[in-house]
Amino acid sequence: MINLLLFPVLIPFLFATILLFFPKKVKAQRIMVTIGLLLSLISAIMLLIKVKTDGVQAITLGSWAPPFGITMTSDMISALLVTSSIIISLFVVWYSFTSIGEDREKAFYYPAILFMLTGVNGAFTTGDIFNMFVFFEVLLMSSYVLIVLGGEKVQLRESIKYILVNIVSSSLFVITVGYLYSVVGTLNMADISVKLATIGQSGIVTVIAVLFLVVFGIKGAIFPLFFWLPGSYAAPPLPVLTLFGALLTKVGVYAIMRTYTLFFTTDVGFTHELLMILSIITIVAGCIGALAYFDLKQIIIYNIVIAVGVILFGASTMNENGMLGSVFYLIHDILIKGALFLLIGIIIKITGTSDLRKMGGLMKRYPVLAWSYLIAAFGLAGIPPLSGFVGKLLIVQGGFEGEYLWQSIFILASSLIVLLSAIRIFIYAFWGEEKGVKDISIKTYRHLLAPTICLVIVTVLYGIGSEYLVPFMTDAATVLLDPSVYTDAVFGGVK
Amino acid sequence: MKTNDLIIQTTTKVVFYIIFLFSIHIFFAGHYTPGGGFVGGLLMSSAIVLLLLAFDLKTVQAMLPVNYTVVTAIGLLIALATASGSIFFNVPFFTHAFDYYNLPLLGKTSIHTAMFFDTGVYLVVVGVTMTIIQMIGGDE
Repeated sequence: MINLLLFPVLIPFLFATILLFFPKKVKAQRIMVTIGLLLSLISAIMLLIKVKTDGVQAITLGSWAPPFGITMTSDMISALLVTSSIIISLFVVWYSFTSIGEDREKAFYYPAILFMLTGVNGAFTTGDIFNMFVFFEVLLMSSYVLIVLGGEKVQLRESIKYILVNIVSSSLFVITVGYLYSVVGTLNMADISVKLATIGQSGIVTVIAVLFLVVFGIKGAIFPLFFWLPGSYAAPPLPVLTLFGALLTKVGVYAIMRTYTLFFTTDVGFTHELLMILSIITIVAGCIGALAYFDLKQIIIYNIVIAVGVILFGASTMNENGMLGSVFYLIHDILIKGALFLLIGIIIKITGTSDLRKMGGLMKRYPVLAWSYLIAAFGLAGIPPLSGFVGKLLIVQGGFEGEYLWQSIFILASSLIVLLSAIRIFIYAFWGEEKGVKDISIKTYRHLLAPTICLVIVTVLYGIGSEYLVPFMTDAATVLLDPSVYTDAVFGGVK
Repeated sequence: MKTNDLIIQTTTKVVFYIIFLFSIHIFFAGHYTPGGGFVGGLLMSSAIVLLLLAFDLKTVQAMLPVNYTVVTAIGLLIALATASGSIFFNVPFFTHAFDYYNLPLLGKTSIHTAMFFDTGVYLVVVGVTMTIIQMIGGDE
């Protein structure tokens, strides 16, 4: 099965295509989408095991030799990301059954999710920079559909901004790839890595590195380029927001990590210093936003920005612990943001508002929701047995080892602010006198709670079981730190 | 106001088939000369657009009772199936194959699986273009 690494990309694509045939049959859509996601999950787990036992998997499409065909490469980090993105989609789809409403389900909602998953998984798996652009477009186009689906006024307004920003960044991506192609004359990522290493330190390569940072920074919401994110993410309905918040920015972050570890390793003094400064300011900006709002959605959305900063800081240190930490934190953040968005989705459903000041006292009537929110909030902040701890610990350790004292202290301080912003939701929504509670039927509540609790349990298991995950994460960090592992796998037996 | 558009309707009846045949020609010629699924598909949809200009939407839908969303989906399925055929032979995805066949009318012809992939592209292009035009043009 040399094609195994393509299955997590192909299965969602196949099922999305099949779903196009009968958009109005909601039941059949639900069944098929679940089957499709379960099959992709199985294939992703098989891939994970395969990568663990046999090392980096690479295949060049069409039986061409590596630099000439499109290479798909699955190393540990992309296998892990693919698996977690399928898990998130599974929970979001389960949650959507009760939450999204039949009108949207009839208007190609599930095919759009599956096409987006195709794009996300493809972007994680690809080993060709232009193919990465194509997969970015696949996921972006499906996200345009998802953000505007339903056609409410605010969705229409925000989708225009979102599409404009992303078209600009996509054009920049093409221009940047054009520059890179004219310098190295190849698009295969492994080949680019080899060629750039022989070119060595040169001005134009640094310029291209910064351009890539701008391109992926717009997608991944780093400091001066995250301006579109708070407005656009608040517009679509909650399950869509969950998918966006958990997956889309992470694709940008993955792309930065990939290019900055595989391509641009010659002038680290400039590029990685820049990345570090930007990631620190990103954290500061995110912290300010997370404290400033009384709006549930905005608080969590700004927490995405903080997490992007933390992950990129770990990556920019370029030492073993920092890289290991950011891989840990990346997967943690996908899971925990999914869980948090689903949780606040239930709160918004119950109170009918996303304004913290208009709600209170949910603890008495909804204790399970309250306690699982508290666990998720602690996980977000990184309280020891939970999921956020190991990643941040390793990132800070990597920071101290690289003698980035102040930056590491910033990371630690940001944890406090993250905790404060998340606990503020807990205090306002769950404590105090009961107000703003609309009775939703117990059946709806349970149906919404089931996927949410399961996702919270997954995050808790991720935290408790980090010991078992260390070998996987170490593999991922090894490939990121040593590009030759990656290039050897791609060119295995060719050069 | 009802205008008399006898001339355009008569011309369209003739020209439609010429454009249709040209699109098929462009599609099959794609491997050796400029052309292929994308241009062929666009030409085909332009032929249907000409019908839409000469007649009205309802007439054209009665002439060609096709759900273009389904056309798109079928095209995607064909493209995916062609590319996935390689999975069953345990060679990398998208590996194409070709051979020569003696077909009844055409004689010795090379048939390449890339052509089936192009058929998928053709159908997707026709489906998507016509969906867009009918969505914007139709006012129900």
